[in-house]
Amino acid sequence: MIRFKNVSKQYSTKDGGLTAVNDVNIEINDGEIFGIVGYSGAGKSTLVRMLDGLEAPSTGEIDINGTDVAKLQGSQLRKQRQKIGMIFQHFNLLWSRTVLDNIALPLEIAKVPKAKRKQRAEELIKLVGLQGREHSYPSELSGGQKQRVGIARALANEPTILISDEATSALDPDTTNEVLDLLLKINKEMNLTILLITHEMHAIAKVCERVAVMDSGSVVETGSVFEVFRHPQQEITKKFVSEEFTPQQSDNTMTLDELVQKYPEGQIIRLVFHGPQAELPIVSDVVKRFPDLTVSIISGAIHQTQEGALGSLDLQFVGDEGQINDALAYLKKMRVGTEVIHHG
Amino acid sequence: MGNTTGFKSYFQFNNVDWGSMMSATWETVWMTLLSMVAIVILGIILGLILYETRNKPGIGYRILNWIVGLFVNIFRSIPFIILIILLLPITMKLAGTIIGPRAALPSLIISAAPFYARMVESYFREVDSGVLEAAESMGATTWGIITKVLLPESKPALIAGATVTTISLIGYTAMAGAIGAGGLGNLAYQDGFQASNNTVTLVATVIICLFVFIVQFIGDVFVKITDKRTL
Repeated sequence: MIRFKNVSKQYSTKDGGLTAVNDVNIEINDGEIFGIVGYSGAGKSTLVRMLDGLEAPSTGEIDINGTDVAKLQGSQLRKQRQKIGMIFQHFNLLWSRTVLDNIALPLEIAKVPKAKRKQRAEELIKLVGLQGREHSYPSELSGGQKQRVGIARALANEPTILISDEATSALDPDTTNEVLDLLLKINKEMNLTILLITHEMHAIAKVCERVAVMDSGSVVETGSVFEVFRHPQQEITKKFVSEEFTPQQSDNTMTLDELVQKYPEGQIIRLVFHGPQAELPIVSDVVKRFPDLTVSIISGAIHQTQEGALGSLDLQFVGDEGQINDALAYLKKMRVGTEVIHHG
Repeated sequence: MGNTTGFKSYFQFNNVDWGSMMSATWETVWMTLLSMVAIVILGIILGLILYETRNKPGIGYRILNWIVGLFVNIFRSIPFIILIILLLPITMKLAGTIIGPRAALPSLIISAAPFYARMVESYFREVDSGVLEAAESMGATTWGIITKVLLPESKPALIAGATVTTISLIGYTAMAGAIGAGGLGNLAYQDGFQASNNTVTLVATVIICLFVFIVQFIGDVFVKITDKRTL
C-alpha cells in the first residue's frame, strides 16, 4: 500500500514561492495499476519522485507499506530505492553498456554476485522479449526496444513498485501499445504495483484500474478509470476524456466551436456507452422511434478499458423540440450517458 | 661541422649525430608519457572534485570548490616558461636537480593537470542527467555513480581530452628542453640553433611532428573503440 498523506512541495524561485504539489492525498493498493494524468507541469513527476526520495516533500507523509519514505536517509534510503523500479520517457540507458550490462547495473549496485547477475539479466531479457539482442548497445536499438531494456532494468532487483514516468510519451502509437501490453503482463505475472504517469488518456484507459487527475499541483479528481471516463466531473478531466474520444483526424481535430459552426442546426449530443450497451443498436432504435427526427453522426470512438468497452458518439439531432426531448428521455431510459453539447 | 648557409643548410644529413638524436627522442617520449600518466590521474581527481562540489549546499563543499578552483585557475594562467623558473626551488627538492628530463616533470605536471582538470569537469557535466538520476533511483552511492556511470559514460571525451593535452604537452617538453630539460627541444636549441646546424633543427622538428601524429592517431582509435553512441 502506498499512501500520500497531505503531501505538498514548495520551491523557492527568484520570482517567489512555487507550489509544485499541493496537499495531495492518494492511496494506491498493492498490485494495482494506478494512473496519474495531467498536463506537463501539473506536478505528476515531482509527486512520484518523492516515492524514491529523489525529491523531499515540504510537508506531509509518504507511506510505503508502513515506512515513511520522506524520513529515510543514507543507506536506508538506498535500500528502499532498490525496491522501486523506475522507467523514463527518454529511457536513460547507459550508452556505454550493452543490453545485458544495462540490465545488470541495478544488480551491481545492490552487490549481487556476478554469476547471479548474469542469470537474472538473462531471465529478464527473455521476459521482455529481447533474446538475441543481449550484446547490442542502446544505439543499435529502436525506441520500443530501448524501453524494454528500461523495463527489464527496472525489474532487476525484484521491486514491488514500478514507476513509469511518461515512459510511452516518446514512442509511436504501435510501440506505445506494445509497451503498455508488456506492463500489463508483468503486473499480472509479478503482482507488481504500477504507477503510470502520463498525459495520454489512451494509456490510462488501456491499462489502469484507477486514475488521479492532476492540475496545477493538486489532485482534482480520483476514481476508477471507467467511472472517470463515463462521468468526468472537472473541466480538465472532461478535456482529457474528450481528447481521447475525439477521433484522431491527424491535426485538424475539430473543436467544439468549429463543430457548432459546421452544424448550426438542431442539437449536438454526445452519447457515452459502456459495456454491453456499446453493442446494442441504440442509434437505429432512436431513428425508428422518432421518424421525424433527422439524426446525423458527427464523430465517434470506442475504447477498450480494463473494465470493458467504452464508446462515445457525437450526434446531431434536427427536428421538433418535443421530439428531441423525447429522444433524449429515451436515451436516458436506455442508461446511455447523454450530454447536450450545443443547443441550436 | 658544416658551414653551409641558405636553403641547403637544412639538408646536410651527414652533420646529424643520430645517436644523440635517438636519445633526445627517447627523452622527449618518456618525459611526455610519464607526465601524462600523472596529469590524467591528477586531472581526473581535480575535475571530479570540481564537479562534485559544484552547486552543492553546505559550506564545506563551497570552500573545497573555491580552493581547488583557485588552484586550477592560477596554474592554468601562468605561462609555462615562467612556471618552470618559478618552481625551480620545488623542483630542486622533488627531483634533486634543476636540469635534465627528471627536473622537467614537476612543472610539466603542475601546468597541464589543471588544464586537463577543467576539461574533465566539463565532460562530467555533459553526462546525461537522466542517466545519473536513473542510477540514483537504483540506490547507487555517490562513489557507485562515479565509477559505474560518470567515468564510463565520459570515457571517449576523457580520452579525446587527454590526447589534446598530450599534444600540447609535447610542445611544453620542447620549451622545457630549451632551458636544459633535455629531449628534442634541447637538441634543436643547442646542437641546432647554437651550433648553426639547421639540419639538426629540421630533423628534430620532423620527429616531434611524427610523435604528435602518432599520439593523435592512437587517441582517435581509442575514442572510436570506446564510443558506442553511434554505430
